[in-house]
Amino acid sequence: MNEGRKEILQIAFVLVALIFVVKLFFIQVLDKRYEQLADSNAILKEIEYPFRGLIYDRNGKLLVYNSPEYDLYIVKKEVRELDSTYFCEVFSLTQEELRVKFKELRARKEYSSVKPTVFLKQLSNLDFAKIQDHIDEFPGFYIQARTTRAYTSSSAANALGYVSEVSKTQLERDSTKFYRQGDYIGQSGIEAFYENYLRGQRGVRYKLRNVEGLEKGSFKNGTYDTLSVPGQDLVTTLDISLQEYGEFLMKGKAGSIVAIEPGTGEILAFVSGPSYDPMQLTGKHYSENFAHISSDTNKPLFNRPLMAQYRPGSIFKIAQAMTALQEKVIFPDTRIRCDRSVINCHGAHSNEDLTGAITHSCNPYFHSVLRRMLNKGISESPYDDTRIGLEEWNKHIRSFGFGNKLGIDLPNEKGGLIPDPAYYDRAYRGRPWKFSNIYSLAIGEGENLVVPMQMANFAATVANRGYFYTPHLVKSVGKTGKPLPQYEEKHKTTIDSANFYVAVAAMENVVKSGTGQYRASLQDVVVCGKTGSVQNEPRPDHSVFIAFAPKENPKIAVSVYVEFSGQGARAAASIASLMIEKYLQGSTRRPHIEQYVLNGKFLDP
Amino acid sequence: MDWVTVMIYAAIVLLGWINIYAVTYDPEIDQSIFDLSLNSGRQLLFIAASIIIVMSVLIIDMRFYETVAYVIYGAVLFLCVVVLFTGREVGGNQAWLRIGSFGFQPSEFAKFATALAVAKFIGSVGFKMDNIRNQIMLFGIIGIPMLIILAQKDTGTALVFTAFILVFYREGMSPFLIITGLVAAFLFIITLLVENQYYIYGSIGTLLLITILLGKKKFKRIALLTIGACIIAGVIASVDYIITDVLKPHQQNRIKALINPDADPLGFGWNVTQSKIAIGSGGFSGKGFLKGTQTKFDFVPEQSTDFIFCTIGEEHGWLGSLLLIGLFVALFLRIIFLAERQKSRFSRTYAYAVVCIFFFHFAVNIGMTIGLFPVIGIPLPFFSYGGSSLWGFTILLFILLKLDAHRMQVLQRI
Repeated sequence: MNEGRKEILQIAFVLVALIFVVKLFFIQVLDKRYEQLADSNAILKEIEYPFRGLIYDRNGKLLVYNSPEYDLYIVKKEVRELDSTYFCEVFSLTQEELRVKFKELRARKEYSSVKPTVFLKQLSNLDFAKIQDHIDEFPGFYIQARTTRAYTSSSAANALGYVSEVSKTQLERDSTKFYRQGDYIGQSGIEAFYENYLRGQRGVRYKLRNVEGLEKGSFKNGTYDTLSVPGQDLVTTLDISLQEYGEFLMKGKAGSIVAIEPGTGEILAFVSGPSYDPMQLTGKHYSENFAHISSDTNKPLFNRPLMAQYRPGSIFKIAQAMTALQEKVIFPDTRIRCDRSVINCHGAHSNEDLTGAITHSCNPYFHSVLRRMLNKGISESPYDDTRIGLEEWNKHIRSFGFGNKLGIDLPNEKGGLIPDPAYYDRAYRGRPWKFSNIYSLAIGEGENLVVPMQMANFAATVANRGYFYTPHLVKSVGKTGKPLPQYEEKHKTTIDSANFYVAVAAMENVVKSGTGQYRASLQDVVVCGKTGSVQNEPRPDHSVFIAFAPKENPKIAVSVYVEFSGQGARAAASIASLMIEKYLQGSTRRPHIEQYVLNGKFLDP
Repeated sequence: MDWVTVMIYAAIVLLGWINIYAVTYDPEIDQSIFDLSLNSGRQLLFIAASIIIVMSVLIIDMRFYETVAYVIYGAVLFLCVVVLFTGREVGGNQAWLRIGSFGFQPSEFAKFATALAVAKFIGSVGFKMDNIRNQIMLFGIIGIPMLIILAQKDTGTALVFTAFILVFYREGMSPFLIITGLVAAFLFIITLLVENQYYIYGSIGTLLLITILLGKKKFKRIALLTIGACIIAGVIASVDYIITDVLKPHQQNRIKALINPDADPLGFGWNVTQSKIAIGSGGFSGKGFLKGTQTKFDFVPEQSTDFIFCTIGEEHGWLGSLLLIGLFVALFLRIIFLAERQKSRFSRTYAYAVVCIFFFHFAVNIGMTIGLFPVIGIPLPFFSYGGSSLWGFTILLFILLKLDAHRMQVLQRI
């Protein structure tokens, strides 16, 4: 009656065991998902944040350092009977803010009641001191320290740049997968350009943890752990006292001051006006301050020395003069009549040689110089002839560093514009053009565009009598290192050195007896300079001045650009000479000029 | 004495002990396996005690077990009832009795007591399985301890007694009950898997129509088929009722977790999810002895007792699991072999009761750790931590070995 039942039971038992073995084979051997899940369960990856490199000025004064800040984390599950009134008092919140914080917390995607989640961000040192004594009274709340940037000076904001949390697009673009959400990254200035040097190397510690998140020793005895490596320090080329003085002079004005050490290309001062206090873009109030600064109509974040493209104006005549000398279409003693019927002029002069023309900034003279350069009679056709001449001219002008990005160590540099034949072909859409169409180039108006950094570099090139080092802001990567290799490379212009001596002499004359005479000359130092007043009808001219000093063995070359402030001889020349005086002599001995700059009434007759 | 069984028994007990050590081992402290403050140390004491128990079981005359089967049954049931009123609650179950510093669970002993009683009843003179009254008596014998243990809120142990149905089947009961049970379970799961019940009703209706049209169109046949279909539909309709109204919330969740553990991995799916992660992360050959992270750091709940299999799975991988499952299969087949060579119906029935109880524990315990069965907290025989369960299973097994050793002394009366 019960035949075969033993076998049925045997088969059933073995079958169940087989099902188990097969199922186990699936989840243990075939499905690799569980291994990862187990790791994420039990292995805690603890990031050790490196210290970001410090930034010094050229004299070793600390400019940017790291200051501790504190994030308050919450583990919701551990919070017990929160006395919200007391909590608000300790953490300086209103009840309403606290309510909003909790609401935000719950709305977060990654929110979990068992994992630590950021509750309050970037508490300052001051807040921390207050909170520290009370944190034990709030179970479930933890303080985590990290560092943020802090500044010893309120100046040089646009050169130094700022640091903030890495953005979503930056995360997506980060192909090396270095950054993680919440990490800090340099967003502008030196902080952005030297990000890879400054950021250092993150350390990782793998720790085992149990189900409550308690640490249970290191994973595989720390085989996979790495130590964090602090970022490299940077020594900038800035002279912070000169920088501060420049910003002091630029107060209330829009424009820029760039000062370069001609022999090295090191930028001594890099003033963009108006600016902002770098401390505003760090710490707890970053977002609100950033919103405020970035919506300011004066554009404090706009880095004028690199990004503002202006017509250069009369300072360009120096470049024209040297180009013409190089092409041998004029000679230092070439005299040209000041024919104001072609182009207007100013001041009393009539038939100057080259030095005189520069000294008085004679427009007809340079109109004629450019005509000689562009129309050398190589071709019968005035159109082709201009084309050939412009090609030649463009090559020379570009060799001064105009028309291209210089390659300074800051992001977002603009290159300006030095027109070539192709440019006018586009502009005239194939219609013919010749000298009479483009003669404004002669006096630095027309289509020319340069940025203040290029003007300063030009002044440095003249000071060097024919070469320049690409301007840069960091002279040493690491406390005692070198600048990046591209800043040790000498760039020669296409102009013979002899022709520069003519320009230098003329610029000396400008300050001694010409347009820059009154406000740019210094007692013990020979200053060489050139004024420029860039037309902005109907608004006032931009005031421009480039200079270097001393004449022999120059130590500083400056460009000053002050928007809508009239003649170059006024605002710009005053500021440039004060900068030179400050740098070479430590302080000004001409308080009336300083006062004149600070008053800012440059348009008064 | 059947030494094969003894060897398998010893192997499983030893492996269990080592794995209990692996669960509690903390690399930072580096405790010894003999440390009495650890579960492994205590388990060693339990093992030592079970050797004494084995001795006692073997010394007692074999006729004693058959003679006093009902007395033992009665006594253990009495203890179970006592526990109901005086016991202390552990993990939601009112099943523990304290004697000195050790607590023990009488329900663990109810298994061998019931096995003896069932064997005695089936083995009694004039017993016929097709007698309805005998069947009712049998279900009574397993039903009473079930109800008492259910009252202790220990559903897992109570369910173990359903394993006796396999014994009844072997001894001649119609397979109708088992088949009905399987069909009901199948329908139950189908109902849970298919969201919209109207699909099921629709397919039952279609199937019914097709069978009616294809076969002879006799009234009796059509009526029977229709009644059958209505019963099936009724079962399906009742599933929803059972799930929401009969089962307690935590039981509902265990079934939901089985169907879809990802629905709430941190809540009711936690046990199954974590257990599968631990086992699954073991890979082919495991992470190595004492190297498991999931079991050691408490991600898996009840890891020394109900979820002990996770440790094997994690630290010894698929090979280790295969070895353990192999040992159990060997034990089952050996016991069936022993059962079939018994001369008395009492001994044979008892042997089948033993193997069916072991099998039930094995299937449910491992099945739940790998997500094939709802989480029902019952130990893996000889392997899980715990004195009562080890002793209960040891007594169960060694009474069988005692009976087997003296099988030639029994007059055959099948």
